[in-house]
Amino acid sequence: MTGQIKKIWKENVVTLVFIVLCLLGFAASGQTFSYVFSEVSSRLFRNFGLVFSLVIPVIAGIGLNFGIVLGAMAAQAAFIFVTHWRFQGVAALVLVALISTPLSILFGWLLGKLFNKTKGQEMITGMITGFFANGIYQLFFLVLIGTLIPMKDDRIMIYNGIGIKDTLKFEDSVANALDNIWKVRLDRIYWVFVLLGMVCLGILIWKTREEKAPGYRNRLAVYGAWEAALLVVLALCLWNGDVQMALKFTSIPMVPLILMVLMGLMVNIVLKTKLGQDFRAIGTSQKVAAASGIDVDRTRIVAIILSTILAAWGQIIFLQNIGNFNTYSSHEKVSLFAVAAILVGGASTRKATVKQCIIGIILFHTLFVIAPLAGKALLNDAAYGEYFREAISYGVITLSLVLHISSRKKGKRV
Amino acid sequence: MNNRRVKQFVAAIGVPRLIIMGYLLILLIAMPFMGLQIEMLYTQAFGRIGMYGVLVLAMLPAIESGIKMNMALPLGVICGLIGGVLSLDWGFSGWMGLFLAVLISIPIAVVVGILYGMLLNKIKGSEMMIATYTGYTAVAIMCIVWMAMPVNNAEVRWPQGNGVRNIVTLTGKYEKILDHFLEIRITEELVIPTGLFLTVALACFLMWLFMRSKTGIMMKTAGSNPVLAEANGISVDRMRILGMTLSSVLGAVGIIIYSQSYGFYQFYMAPLNMAFIAVAAILIGGATVGRATVFHVIFGTVLYQSIMTFTLPIANVIMPEGTLSEIVRIIIQNGIILYALTKAGESQ
Amino acid sequence: MDDGYILQMEDIEKEYYGNRVLKGISLKLKPGEIMALVGENGAGKSTLMNVLFGMEQIRNTGGFRGRVIFDGEETHITSPREAMERGIGMVHQEFMLLPGFTITENIKLNREILKPNLLSRVFGKRLSGLDHGTMKADASRSLDRIGLELAENETVDGLPVGFMQFVEIAREIDKTNMKLIVFDEPTAVLTEIEAQKLLDTIEMISREGVAVIFISHKLDEIMQVSDTVMVMRDGENVCTLRKEDTSVGQLAELMVGRGVDAGSIAQKRSLDNDDILLSIRNLQVDMPGEGVKGLSLDVRRGEILGLGGLAGQGKIGVSNGVLGIYPTEGEILFEGEPLPMNHPLGVLKKRIAFVSEDRKNVGLILEASIEENIAVGALRVNDRFLKKTGPFTQINGKERRKHAEQMVQDFQIKCVSTRQKVGDLSGGNQQKVCMAKALTMEPKLLFVSEPTRGIDIGAKEVLLDYLVKLNREQGVTIVMTSSELKELRSVCDRIAIVTGGKLEGILEPDSPDLEFGLMMSGARMEQEFSTEPVENRGESVEKGPDTPETCGKIPDHDTERRRQE
Repeated sequence: MTGQIKKIWKENVVTLVFIVLCLLGFAASGQTFSYVFSEVSSRLFRNFGLVFSLVIPVIAGIGLNFGIVLGAMAAQAAFIFVTHWRFQGVAALVLVALISTPLSILFGWLLGKLFNKTKGQEMITGMITGFFANGIYQLFFLVLIGTLIPMKDDRIMIYNGIGIKDTLKFEDSVANALDNIWKVRLDRIYWVFVLLGMVCLGILIWKTREEKAPGYRNRLAVYGAWEAALLVVLALCLWNGDVQMALKFTSIPMVPLILMVLMGLMVNIVLKTKLGQDFRAIGTSQKVAAASGIDVDRTRIVAIILSTILAAWGQIIFLQNIGNFNTYSSHEKVSLFAVAAILVGGASTRKATVKQCIIGIILFHTLFVIAPLAGKALLNDAAYGEYFREAISYGVITLSLVLHISSRKKGKRV
Repeated sequence: MNNRRVKQFVAAIGVPRLIIMGYLLILLIAMPFMGLQIEMLYTQAFGRIGMYGVLVLAMLPAIESGIKMNMALPLGVICGLIGGVLSLDWGFSGWMGLFLAVLISIPIAVVVGILYGMLLNKIKGSEMMIATYTGYTAVAIMCIVWMAMPVNNAEVRWPQGNGVRNIVTLTGKYEKILDHFLEIRITEELVIPTGLFLTVALACFLMWLFMRSKTGIMMKTAGSNPVLAEANGISVDRMRILGMTLSSVLGAVGIIIYSQSYGFYQFYMAPLNMAFIAVAAILIGGATVGRATVFHVIFGTVLYQSIMTFTLPIANVIMPEGTLSEIVRIIIQNGIILYALTKAGESQ
Repeated sequence: MDDGYILQMEDIEKEYYGNRVLKGISLKLKPGEIMALVGENGAGKSTLMNVLFGMEQIRNTGGFRGRVIFDGEETHITSPREAMERGIGMVHQEFMLLPGFTITENIKLNREILKPNLLSRVFGKRLSGLDHGTMKADASRSLDRIGLELAENETVDGLPVGFMQFVEIAREIDKTNMKLIVFDEPTAVLTEIEAQKLLDTIEMISREGVAVIFISHKLDEIMQVSDTVMVMRDGENVCTLRKEDTSVGQLAELMVGRGVDAGSIAQKRSLDNDDILLSIRNLQVDMPGEGVKGLSLDVRRGEILGLGGLAGQGKIGVSNGVLGIYPTEGEILFEGEPLPMNHPLGVLKKRIAFVSEDRKNVGLILEASIEENIAVGALRVNDRFLKKTGPFTQINGKERRKHAEQMVQDFQIKCVSTRQKVGDLSGGNQQKVCMAKALTMEPKLLFVSEPTRGIDIGAKEVLLDYLVKLNREQGVTIVMTSSELKELRSVCDRIAIVTGGKLEGILEPDSPDLEFGLMMSGARMEQEFSTEPVENRGESVEKGPDTPETCGKIPDHDTERRRQE
């Protein structure tokens, strides 16, 4: 029994520590539940794409893809041109997606080839490639635009005619275009979600009982716990004042929500296909996979291409929510925050699921929002909180990596 | 036949390095024609080479002992900054201030190096990644420490309240004390910072001696072939800790030398930049992920810093607005690191 | 073309960088026939199989000569996948299974049954779903055929080792067009019961019409299950016999025998049996692939003791264990005192040195120079080649170079200078550097492991002569581990055979081949199969299996060549 508890602890240390930190921080910050809830909710609906893009490379044994920033840059490049051509509304966003996708395929292919040359050091390679690509990106948009690449646009370019402005503001109709298509206040529809959740769980429980796959009792227990949790949530929504405030305060952007569900499903569906099986195979043992005839190098490249495409789409969703972006620095911390989020959610360099992405985003961004406020409340200086935020982001990654890699050495392979 | 030898030569040096050397050559040729103040630029270049010398040297023991490039150089840098801030806070200046800073920082760097070396031994194979993020985390945590640190000296402290300033000036304390020591003034503008060069040379010489000692050879063996090392009675784990400790100490001393030449101690997020600059420099000099010599350190620092010094004014002539030189730095710096990574991957 | 044979290999020749590894091997296999391939290490069994499977290392090194005719067609197989598609399967020694995958998924690896869906119609076959139901049914069927009761949903990593072997087999027979399966030392990691079950499975497979090639050194098993036995030696087909026509003893002799040539056996010496230099008791070494499982042995002062045996039986583990390179347990006494275990430095300081079989990883620093390599051991252990200048202890470069130059001369190492990188030298010269390094530490006891592996004939002799000289003139006791029995017989005073991780016995170099063969295969002579030759069957037209008289003493090519010079 203690062995099992130890195992659960070891695999989820980071998540558990984070939960504690969030609770403490929330108490210290003196903020209302509704403020935090609505903030985290909106962050969830803009960050999910970027974090989902990390799942497939982990499964395929490439580790955490710090190179997703290349996908973000593809999206930004597309945004710049679409804004230059003055497209409006949702159509503009669709065009951005259409342009950034082939760009992402190209970048992903290049990155994949690079990863194949640096097997075993993919994470640091991804990171450095991100920096390098940033240099090329800046060269292109700061120096080449207006000089070698003719473009004249007073609205988005720097006054002297060379280079794109630092802050690119989208057309008004484009900002929040996806969010605004359909927004519903949470207090009107929370019961739909809760009921849906309970019904889905019910179906899962019934199926698991029918199949009786190995370990089904444990899974039944887990599902049962989730059902109970949902009931508690329902009760809180009906009778707790703070929760009701939060519900009134928060609006759910339905289209991003649908996109989140679709993207999550897509990742899971791909993992259930032959391609997904191949990913799992090369992620487990390149040697055995190669011996059975799988083209390991090519499959890795496909994994990275998919990851880059998802990252690009993720960045599109992110930017449209923000409404503008810093041309030269918006993408800087993309990899850092996405990786930190997925690690907080319980993923490792070998194992990642969509569920962990969502849990991770919620926890990570909760702390992100709370930390400066707690700093101000406790120590009278928000800067403490901001530095704390940075330290946590980096520290989470360091701690996770150390834990996972050092325990990997101890485990004996079959 | 000649063709093949040329190809071998090119392959040995590596195309990116040749490009970089060629680029420097272009800069050197272009400079006189662009109406720039050549002498002042050369003086600046000398200064920058001397400034970074020991920081780049810090990479050598790490690479040779097998823990690859020390991306966690910020750890050593922080130790140096602690020494620096304390010596200033206690009011020391001049040579006393400089030596005290070094003296305080070394034991701290030793402890940090040993502890971190022990961590690295648990994650063999992923040193660079963990190092990078350990560096980031340490810098972020230190930001909180700098902010909260009780500082007495008003010149070091934030004007309002507690904590160390972002940048603490060394004017009047020991700014350029090494640079000016025995400096050779060739012309009005062209000055050789002899003291600085002597310091770097001394450090390189000591390192060279160390690598020729029994312990140095043991460390090199552990880095080149850990299996053979263990079979010959060398404790690879201990050699790695030794390499890391030496690297930290050099990082600490290096930042003090850097700061006295630069004229400021830079706290908070500044140490993060140091690692990549030092890594890029030694790689440009010809080192690889697994092997480095003192020659690589010197050659690389000269190349890299010359390029940085000369690119800025030329870039400003070509494009008065814009950060072209910064972009060049990003591309060169990260490009050479990528190249080294792919080379290391090929030899696996 | 089609004579009813499923596989015909005709005059297969293969050279690796001038070294003839296969010298014209021919074999014929009928459907459902079980043929055993027997031979010492280096006989060419693995290479022959690599040729059959179209492995990359064959193609990359100049291909092979000869014809392969499979199922009536002359084939040029260029990849394992192609071999599989033609119906040739392989059960490897090293399991090719994915731990986190279920048994079904492993059986169906990269041969999954696909269900087309929307994605696959747009983006290609790879995005089809998996038909888990049918896959499970197939897997279940294959498992049943072997008689294995396992839940197809279970993951492989929980299974005992023997069961994993069976999952591998299930995978091969699940491939619908299997006509030939090769088993490479399949019972190496199995218990006796599991091994018996495996042999039963092989018989069952052959009854279904699948031909089997069974590579093994376990002569008892071969005699139980095979129809024909092919004995290989030095890249040649010594003999192909029907099981009924031979016996364990004869096979053992054929495997080893080289024609005893009086000239190449070491001369007998008298050594003091009570002057024991090294005493090993119940040694256990955890070396992957060469584990030692309770070995006891005494080494007499001044002797050259050989350690022989088949690959994977543990002879290599002995020296690695004594030198503390792999986790070791047991008792070792050196000169009467307990020797530190798992502590290379302690052992080296007692003047015991080691030339490892793993030249490139354990023996040498490839990017370092010859002189650096030669000196590194003595530098660390004996503080040689150092000089004090003031407070600094520095390397004495001159002394190091002089010593290295002396060694280069003594060993005739072909190089440009002592500063040349060792990685640029040929295999033989690299080995000489390793030897020089060990001898620089002036050992009393020298362990040499596979000293002449991959070295040409001329260099072999120089090395062996040097070892003998070292022993006779400087009194260095030598323990030599080698896969080449001939080599051991030509220089050793005694030869210990290690089988199954234990000492099987100690023989004099002039002991008959039969005894060596039996010890190496761990077999016992049976009484039922006689060694009497059977009459020639006159009816068969084609060249059938050899009869006991026609096979056996192949002239010793190396000795022949030397005689002609």
